[in-house]
Amino acid sequence: MSGSAAPVLEVNGVGVSLAGRRILHDVRFRIEPGEFVGLIGSNGAGKTTLLRLILGLQAPTEGTVVFDGANLRHGVIGYLPQKVALDADLPLRARDVVALGLDGQRLGIPLPSKRRRALVDELLAAVGASEFADTRVGQLSGGQQQRVLIAHALISRPRLLLLDEPLANLDIRSAQEIVELLARVSRERGIAVLLSAHDLNPLLPVMDRIVYLADGHAVAGTTDEVVQSAVLTKLYGRQVDVLRVKGRVLVVAGDEHDHGHDE
Amino acid sequence: MIAFFSSGPVQLALLVGTLVAAVSALVGVFTVLRRQSFAGHALADLGAVGGSAAFLLGIPQLVGFVGAGILAAGVMELVGIKRVQGRDVATGIVFGLGLGLTALFLYLDTQRAGTSNAAISVLFGSLFAIDASVLPLVILLSAVACLIVVVFFRWFLIDSLSQDLASVRGVPVRLTGILFLVALALAVELSALTIGAVLSTALLIAPAAAALRLTRRVGLAILIAIGVGVGSTWLGILMSFESYGWSGGAHSWPVSFCIVLVAVAAYLLSGIAVPVRTLTRRRLARVL
Repeated sequence: MSGSAAPVLEVNGVGVSLAGRRILHDVRFRIEPGEFVGLIGSNGAGKTTLLRLILGLQAPTEGTVVFDGANLRHGVIGYLPQKVALDADLPLRARDVVALGLDGQRLGIPLPSKRRRALVDELLAAVGASEFADTRVGQLSGGQQQRVLIAHALISRPRLLLLDEPLANLDIRSAQEIVELLARVSRERGIAVLLSAHDLNPLLPVMDRIVYLADGHAVAGTTDEVVQSAVLTKLYGRQVDVLRVKGRVLVVAGDEHDHGHDE
Repeated sequence: MIAFFSSGPVQLALLVGTLVAAVSALVGVFTVLRRQSFAGHALADLGAVGGSAAFLLGIPQLVGFVGAGILAAGVMELVGIKRVQGRDVATGIVFGLGLGLTALFLYLDTQRAGTSNAAISVLFGSLFAIDASVLPLVILLSAVACLIVVVFFRWFLIDSLSQDLASVRGVPVRLTGILFLVALALAVELSALTIGAVLSTALLIAPAAAALRLTRRVGLAILIAIGVGVGSTWLGILMSFESYGWSGGAHSWPVSFCIVLVAVAAYLLSGIAVPVRTLTRRRLARVL
């Protein structure tokens, strides 16, 4: 995946207004091939809207989103939506869910093929889901479901993997495992990752860069560049303190509510 | 037994019943996957309005059922099926109105058209009284329903998994929903013809639910569901035919009751199969 000079994704001064209200304003950043980028912000900061823009599920009111130097997102993006509500009695097996990532958009009944099965098995193994490949997804734990959905998103060999709050609703250990898994997959397969979260701490060891969103405005850069009192105070438009305690970061914003809270 | 198979109405009943049961079971598996058995029930109730109006209009009952069913599917799509499920009161009122209209039409059927068996035929089916002339239409509608499911198989699956995941892969989710509602309406209205509007969802859901208890594979579940649906229909027809003798020639049990009884029994039996399988597996695991 190296050798291509163009960034996988370029977000150029994107803005969105809905019903006269500004959701996003002049957001700009780029993601290079194989980079791990955290999209950090509190609830309502515009993270999901930004991801929907990148996915093409929503059109920007200003600015452009460019992939691989072109305007085609088809085949470039793998996506894991926020809180995929899998019914406990949904009778699809983990393996079916992964296979649907390969050719779910095609017409007709899929014919059993060795190649297809081998590819599904490979992806299940890559995310550590081989053990429960034949279990119904509804019966899996949150962390196990995330693994299966990550395999679903990866099987079409995307260049960019978008994940909307994949760590929400996971216990600390599962969240850590998912982050490690994503970092490994990103490294091994040269896939760029853009992951949204409200807490940046689980991502600190793996993030190459950070896009910090607050009230629809964004700053992007390395973690050290962005997570500073001066930078975030300017972003939020009110006093923000950044505290570093035992390798963890606490971002304390004004007197409204705090971000990047500890557990 | 020989009398059973040589009877003309029984042969037609077996043919139509088999087709309808197979279509219902096929669509039923996706109905359970998509958790839309409620929509199936709604389409059956509203289809009954057309089925009962058919006598007044002088059109075949199946045409009435399917016409009203497709119309209802269109309205449900416009309102939004998710919202229909969420709107308890509105749904109750619309269903009430539908059944009220059915009652009115059935009353008028007996008063004006002089078809005194209209109520039984609309609500509980008319498998033994099917007119041979509707056979081509039954075959055509069955083929359309099957074709929709076969062609859009994977769209229905990924859409049932998550609409977001489906749209990201370029699957038009709204069209997917419409296509499924059409297939569902066809399946439900076809079984409304054979076992009646009230019971049609039983033939839709019971075989599919039983099959999905027995296997985790969607493809295999479809085959099992078709087997259970068709088997229930055959056994039900046989049971209804033979019950004439059981009661000493006084009367025979309604065929729709017999079919639904077998289908529900199959569902209950499948519940026993699950613990048995788990036990066998554990025993196997211990041996190996």
